[in-house]
Amino acid sequence: MSSTFDTVAKIIAETCDIPIETITAESHAINDLGIDSLDFLDIAFAIDKAFGIKLPLEQWTQEVNDGKATTEQYFVMKNLCARIDELVAAKSA
Amino acid sequence: MRLEYFQLLDRIVELDIANRTIRTESTVPQESTIFEGHFPGYPLMPGVLLLENMAQTSGWLIIGLTKFDRMPFLAAFKEAKLRTFITPGTTISTTATIEHEGSGYVIAQAEIRVDGKVTCDAELTFRVVNFPAPELKVYMQKEAERLQFPLGAIANG
Repeated sequence: MSSTFDTVAKIIAETCDIPIETITAESHAINDLGIDSLDFLDIAFAIDKAFGIKLPLEQWTQEVNDGKATTEQYFVMKNLCARIDELVAAKSA
Repeated sequence: MRLEYFQLLDRIVELDIANRTIRTESTVPQESTIFEGHFPGYPLMPGVLLLENMAQTSGWLIIGLTKFDRMPFLAAFKEAKLRTFITPGTTISTTATIEHEGSGYVIAQAEIRVDGKVTCDAELTFRVVNFPAPELKVYMQKEAERLQFPLGAIANG
């Protein structure tokens, strides 16, 4: 988890020019860090490459739009990292 | 090309779905109202339209990959370089390759060559969504005919 967090925080810091020390496990990528949807595509690209996965952004967006999930479930850093770990585990299973 | 109608491509000459590459060829028209302003006495193909040419070339590759099921919309250019002037009457060859297929987005690399020499290149990001209007899908299918889109490449890809 910690290494996933470190990697994702570094990606966000470099992609969006956000001081890495301001990014915490509780940070909401959109509400707290101010990342917009276009910048998040860059982040998703970097995460996909770094972890060898494909973040299911369309599915997440659809679930949020349909009221089946909240943005916190996917875009708070600790939850985002947990999702990434799940995808990595599923890939190697 | 019909610049005023944003038809920046003349034809698709190669489409390789397996290797995720495409090549188009287009000739800059000798005359266009655009050259009246860009520039008087010194007509040049506007750089933004060369970027659009790379975007349309990449876009047709994405449409091929999705088998006409989804529509790419340009979201970003990175590292765009316009290396030389391109004048009326010039034939340009544009290639695009897919760098990454994400969930709802695609990253592509494209370049324009004139007589084999790279004159423009860029990294492009597209949002890829379901066709937002049936008329748009019909239009794109019609455009595919005009551009000689090789439908067989999709079937075999």
